[in-house]
Amino acid sequence: MGSQGGFYQSKEFLDLVKSIGEARSKAEEDRIVLNEIETLKRRISEPDIPKRKMKEYIIRLVYVEMLGHDASFGYIHAVKMTHDDSLLVKRTGYLAVTLFLNEDHDLIILIVNTIQKDLKSDNFLVVCAALNAVSKLINEETIPAVLPQVVELLAHPKEAVRKKAIMALHRFYQKSPSSVSHLVSNFRKRLCDNDPGVMGATLCPLFDLITRDVNSYKDLVISFVSILKQVVERRVPKAYDYHQMPAPFIQIKLLKILALLGSGDKQSSAKMYTVVGDIFRKCDSSSNIGNAILYECICCVSSIYPNPKLLESAADVISRFLKSDSHNLKYMGVDALGRLIKISPEIAEQHQLAVIDCLEDPDDTLKRKTFELLYKMTKSTNVEVIVDRMIDYMISINDNHYKTEIASRCVELAEQFAPSNRWFIQTMNKVFEHAGDLVNIKVAHNLMRLIAEGFGEDDDTADSQLRSSAVESYLCILGEPKLPSVFLQVICWVLGEYGTTDGKFSASYIIGKLCDVAEAYSNDETVKAYAVTALMKIHTFEIAAGRKVDMLPECQSLMEELLASHSTDLQQRAYELQAVIGLDAHAVACIMPSDASCEDIEVDKGLSFLNGYIQESIEKGAQPYIPESERSGMLNISNFRSQDHHEASSHGLRFEAYELPKPIVQSKIPPASLASTELVPVPEKMYPRESYQTTVPSVSSDAGPSELKLRLDGVQMKWGRPTFSPATSTSNSTISQKTVNGITQVDGASTANSRTRETYDSRKPQVEISPEKKKLAASLFGGSSKTEKRAATGHKISKSSSHMVEKSHVPKSSMEVASEKTPPVQQPLDLLDLGEPTVTSTVPSVDPFKQLEGLVDTTQVASAVNHGLTAAAKSPDIMALYSETPADGDLLSGVLNPSMTNMPGGTTTRQSMPRSKGPNPKDSLEKDALVRQMGVTPASQNPNLFKDLLG
Amino acid sequence: MIKAVMVMNTQGKPRLAKFYEYLPVEKQQELIRRVFAVLCGRAENVSNFIEAESIFGPDSRLVYKHFATLYFVFVFDSSENELAVLDLIQVFVETLDKCFKNVCELDIVFNYSKIHTILDEIIFGGQVLETSSAEVMKAVEEISKLEAASNAITLIPKSASGWRSR
Repeated sequence: MGSQGGFYQSKEFLDLVKSIGEARSKAEEDRIVLNEIETLKRRISEPDIPKRKMKEYIIRLVYVEMLGHDASFGYIHAVKMTHDDSLLVKRTGYLAVTLFLNEDHDLIILIVNTIQKDLKSDNFLVVCAALNAVSKLINEETIPAVLPQVVELLAHPKEAVRKKAIMALHRFYQKSPSSVSHLVSNFRKRLCDNDPGVMGATLCPLFDLITRDVNSYKDLVISFVSILKQVVERRVPKAYDYHQMPAPFIQIKLLKILALLGSGDKQSSAKMYTVVGDIFRKCDSSSNIGNAILYECICCVSSIYPNPKLLESAADVISRFLKSDSHNLKYMGVDALGRLIKISPEIAEQHQLAVIDCLEDPDDTLKRKTFELLYKMTKSTNVEVIVDRMIDYMISINDNHYKTEIASRCVELAEQFAPSNRWFIQTMNKVFEHAGDLVNIKVAHNLMRLIAEGFGEDDDTADSQLRSSAVESYLCILGEPKLPSVFLQVICWVLGEYGTTDGKFSASYIIGKLCDVAEAYSNDETVKAYAVTALMKIHTFEIAAGRKVDMLPECQSLMEELLASHSTDLQQRAYELQAVIGLDAHAVACIMPSDASCEDIEVDKGLSFLNGYIQESIEKGAQPYIPESERSGMLNISNFRSQDHHEASSHGLRFEAYELPKPIVQSKIPPASLASTELVPVPEKMYPRESYQTTVPSVSSDAGPSELKLRLDGVQMKWGRPTFSPATSTSNSTISQKTVNGITQVDGASTANSRTRETYDSRKPQVEISPEKKKLAASLFGGSSKTEKRAATGHKISKSSSHMVEKSHVPKSSMEVASEKTPPVQQPLDLLDLGEPTVTSTVPSVDPFKQLEGLVDTTQVASAVNHGLTAAAKSPDIMALYSETPADGDLLSGVLNPSMTNMPGGTTTRQSMPRSKGPNPKDSLEKDALVRQMGVTPASQNPNLFKDLLG
Repeated sequence: MIKAVMVMNTQGKPRLAKFYEYLPVEKQQELIRRVFAVLCGRAENVSNFIEAESIFGPDSRLVYKHFATLYFVFVFDSSENELAVLDLIQVFVETLDKCFKNVCELDIVFNYSKIHTILDEIIFGGQVLETSSAEVMKAVEEISKLEAASNAITLIPKSASGWRSR
């Protein structure tokens, strides 16, 4: 019996399979397979093996390789088999090489010739086998070798061959579009093939072509529509029916193509409406394939120019999908709903309960799809519920890939829609705690920036409240074991900046906590570095405030350890800390101004503050510095100089580093200069040190016209700075316009909702829906009036939002214009959402950071966040204004070297850098980036340098 | 396009693996293992779709169907429709069923090259070529006949199950 072995297999093969099947462990299986490989190695190289035996050996090799073992010794035999005349052997050879080899394998060169020959064979099966190999084994370089034959085969009498030739050509196109670009017309021609199968095959390459370039194929819309029509009307041969559906796979492909062609094209779309409508009506929804077509119709409808009738049919189908018992259909329904709500957001409301069922389904796939849908329909009214759900789910799964994705979605939603600062911080804490190291480091930097910058509300107390609540929550969280590194970095930074600001916690308490962190996570150098810098900040703030600080013993021992650290970075930070602590209050305050992380720092690249020192040295006879680039002519120069040093310098020997110094930097900015920066309406309380106020361009960066470039995505970002500049009001108007449209939509949605909900409920009166679910539904979809209260009170705790509610009543009349028939009962709820534009319409909030990212590369951005946002100068106008102020941001050097003001305008020394920040934003950004590269935090310049300067 | 077709049994042993983009053997093995790890964790009566981006990279979907002791797994990108691929699996299995009369796992093991022939008639270079199992059968039979003629070897269909039932 065994010897009969199936499709020509021998007893040996059967035994092999059997013994592998019976193997009890992976090791045993491996042993059996290795044995088999040895046998095959020996046998296969014997001379004069009968063809049939040879075929079996190769099949066994393929099998062995499928089990994950190396069969490369047999590749050459497989190649040899393709040369054989016997069809059986040849086909086996081709099968084996397509499975064994990749297109860049060395052995391919031995097959190309055979393929060429076989493509011309009389036997169509040989041709098919060769075409099969072509699709897998031909790469960009070998395409020209077989291309003429393949093109010839497009006219082969056998439709099976024509079909495969088209597919092979399609494959060439995928591998190297340029190699077949002149043959694209063939695809169009084959579209008219008599055989529906060939026509269907042509749709695959056309789909690819159209995906890449829609406009060149608009002329085919009519053809596609008429083909689809014929298919739907059953004018294709019965043989193409599948489960009583006429050629369903062709229908699906056509619908996909139409979706591409009709996207954003009203004219083309109009031609499709009839046929798509026909399919909606005729399609049998009881079979799987029928539903596949219906789903494709929905995709098409949601992609082409909207047609109300079709949208209605699509919504019907979606509700059928969602109500179905099949998980597959529910999945498709949720997916389709996600597509359709982009066009008609109101349909989500009718399906709220079904969606919640999907969310609670044990099927992970369905759950994830539903989260995707929720993500798409998040708005400020339901963000809390959705994000909470997402975080719960995130905590429950182990799949890191998906965890990362869902974490980043949570962050994104929280940033866009967060109702209150506190909620935002809490949400971020949760995300970091549970998905910490999976989160992009940028998110952490963003959080630090938000805490530092505040939230752009006028009122400063909110910001400081936020900071102290952040500090409190972090101190609490620190008690937990094993926190992610990224989160610890945020915690250290915030504790360093704001740990002692509100006076609730003593410096020594915070210092103790930071030392604990550094000790507990001693393997993580980044965390340690953050902790040390935070320690330095706390110490300097204390010194600056005139309080005496003694180093705690644990801090002392930490420092001792770090001073001898292998990491030069940690070592440097430790030395810096040591140096800074030794300074007096004034110097320390200059180095580490408190709450100045958002402020701009300028680095004096020309080291102009050294000019005095240099001048003095030169007068004493020292030789001026010669830049390396000019040192090649050193000999001449030194000869020259020996004659007359001063003459030499006037003799066109211009050393770039010492250009004429420009008007001297003022050491203290007179408060009057603030007037010139009135575009920067920084609330004064926020920056207690007047002298630093001018250096806050990050605010103004929003106000400039550069904002017009920003991606607003139709959603207002709640976070980030508001703009106070009246200049932006023009761009605002379009945004608020948009939101007004949003109002009408949402309003319409809620009316539709209350209506359809009734019908939905009445249709299924026997189904008991738990109140909990209803509540959830209401909070997600902003549903019926019953749950309104909860939405209004429970979720809108923040002061600002209740403020919105109040305000939103004021412009009621205008609202009513927008939403004519909204019953007044419902208004408050909707207004929560709608009130927003009226209050915040002047806040097309913009993430200044995003702007930055566009200009500077990401690594620079990442480092930039370390010191809060400096983000100087993006808008040319403001820069122009800015450069007029004498301060020019050169604060640090100015303060440190007041003597410089009296420096004589030297002739020999000159400032190399153009001092004014040019109007080119890129330049200034590059400069900023450089600043950052030179020191990690504004204050952590080389302390030794300061020491020298200050004596 | 379709990226891969895999058939594996409920113990995770691969029975057929075909990748339409070349992957080294080790990578193939890893993918098969990971797919199996996901599949065996899924309950009955759930959807046939799996988010596969963590395994196969962006823009990949996975549809599987469970028949007796076998999982049939198709991996593809957004240019295909999940439900349609589910039917494609159906076509494949129906064809196998017609070929072997009540197909079982052993038929697939023992008729390894024939399975490949069938699959090649359905999917060509990652694109769906033929969706009618009758057409596929016709083509496969024709091939078998010609192969038999060219080798004068008698074709003995469906003996594997005879061997099994012994």
